[in-house]
Amino acid sequence: MSALTMSARPGSEGDAGPRPIPWRRMAGVTWRQHRYALAGVAVLLGALAVWLWIIGTSLHQAYAAAVSCRPASSGACQGLVNAFDDMNNHMVSAASPGGVFLQVVPVLIGAFAGAPVLARELETGTFRYAWTQGFGRWRWALAKLVLLGVVLAAATGAVGVLVSWYYQPYFAAGNQSLGLSEIPPFATLFSLRGVAFPAWTLAAFVIGALAGMLIRRVVPAIVATLAVYAGLAVAAGGFLREHYLTPLVTTSPNVPGTAWVISQWWTRDGRFAFAPNPPLSLLNQFCSAPPTGKGGKPSFGTFAQCLAQHGYTQWTSYQPASRFWPFQWIEGGWLLALSALLIAATIWLVRRRAA
Amino acid sequence: MNIVEASGLGKRYGRTWALRECTLEIPAGRVTALVGPNGAGKTTLLNLAVGLTSPSAGAVTVLGGRRPGSQGALDGIAFVAQDTPLYKTLSVADMIYITRSLNRRFDQPYARARLDELGIPAKRRAGKLSGGQQAQLALTLALARRPQLLVLDEPVAALDPVARHDFMATVLASAAADGVSVLLSSHVLTELERVASYLVLMSRGQVRLAGAVDDLLAADGRASLEELALHYLRETTPEVTR
Repeated sequence: MSALTMSARPGSEGDAGPRPIPWRRMAGVTWRQHRYALAGVAVLLGALAVWLWIIGTSLHQAYAAAVSCRPASSGACQGLVNAFDDMNNHMVSAASPGGVFLQVVPVLIGAFAGAPVLARELETGTFRYAWTQGFGRWRWALAKLVLLGVVLAAATGAVGVLVSWYYQPYFAAGNQSLGLSEIPPFATLFSLRGVAFPAWTLAAFVIGALAGMLIRRVVPAIVATLAVYAGLAVAAGGFLREHYLTPLVTTSPNVPGTAWVISQWWTRDGRFAFAPNPPLSLLNQFCSAPPTGKGGKPSFGTFAQCLAQHGYTQWTSYQPASRFWPFQWIEGGWLLALSALLIAATIWLVRRRAA
Repeated sequence: MNIVEASGLGKRYGRTWALRECTLEIPAGRVTALVGPNGAGKTTLLNLAVGLTSPSAGAVTVLGGRRPGSQGALDGIAFVAQDTPLYKTLSVADMIYITRSLNRRFDQPYARARLDELGIPAKRRAGKLSGGQQAQLALTLALARRPQLLVLDEPVAALDPVARHDFMATVLASAAADGVSVLLSSHVLTELERVASYLVLMSRGQVRLAGAVDDLLAADGRASLEELALHYLRETTPEVTR
């Protein structure tokens, strides 16, 4: 009837297909949409940095005072050494209060910044808006994940440097001769130093994003992120990490104090005898009158000597302290690869998901 | 040019077909009404046309042969989904910024002028606007993209009568002034009478009738679009197709 015959509107592109919209446009979009999440992360990391700075400064000062004190054997100097050793309580181990708090930082960031990125869009229906804009849905998702991931990794990387700085006095050469405490690098918060901190944060963020895409609801996605991350962290710390490089094996009883001892066992005449500690019957047989150590209990060192006299050899496998940084890079590497894989899976889901 | 062209198009969710055997040509330069009861498959058809979902059977093209979701199709089609989803925590100005960033064309002066006209403050959060204002904001953002095709899914279902009227007036003005083709779905028949020049009637996942409103009325002899639609929607026998 009176239908208008419309030609294509002026300004519409030919059939060759127009070029995609530039990636850089997503920077402002991502900032506007996620500035509150990023501000939250900034507050958390900022508070952490200030706390590290405060306890780190006093630790470094105590260390400098103890080291520069002359003559070293004087009572005053010993007092300074003791003062430094007594500071050894904030975050030396994973079980200390600071350690526990620090260890949940990556997953807090991942769960609360990562899980909503896609889940909120799917939960509130705004994906119908976002995915029908000219930018295109998979490019939109990829740009967001990469941008946010890089920002979070950079921020946590900076804090990771601060954590490493905090620990510096404990690793300085010559601590032992001065009577200052020295801690094995592996016994510190491995996952929060140097490379591992940003890598774990990135992994947590990407796990969150993928969980959000799969579950499509914010709160369940956060819970799932916490659970998956906990499993991964336990698996890495408890099982994987010690196998990054083949442990060194020694029969010397003097394993370096800074080493990470993986396992110990005993042999006799080239055959496996027992592990890791001798059975009581054996001790009663060979070392029936064991010398006693502190508190009336037999000390392990004297048992070892006694057993060695009876032809037993003690073996120790361990990771030397010098492997700390190689291990950091190995862990950072596989976490980065895992993150890339999870991002790819997320993008694949975004592309194929039906509305 | 056909703004939407479907042949044998079908979409299945699990075991149920939301849309079946849909063959359809919707010409450009029209306001096309997609009418049918809830669950008729209207939203599914629209989602297929805008590329939010992909077909289980058959094929659909838009804007004269483009694949839905392709760059050309994304550039040329603006979609306002059901319940007009917006980022509720963002300001109106942020919504404008984001929409401008995500699209090749964006007529910012037009968007600003329209929002001023509607009395929607740029600093207000989208979630604090009234339902009518949210719908108008979503529509303004869509129109500022200067699309060839504007797709609206149940745009007025949640609006009060005044907001409904204002919304449709904006749509019609754009269609008339800028030659934007419009494809809108609705289960509210009375709204469509003065709006639509092309009709697609759907029920139970199938297209029952499609054609220019004038032609359909002339051929059928009924006085109004509403009567015509009701007649066909009451017919539930599968033979009554197109």
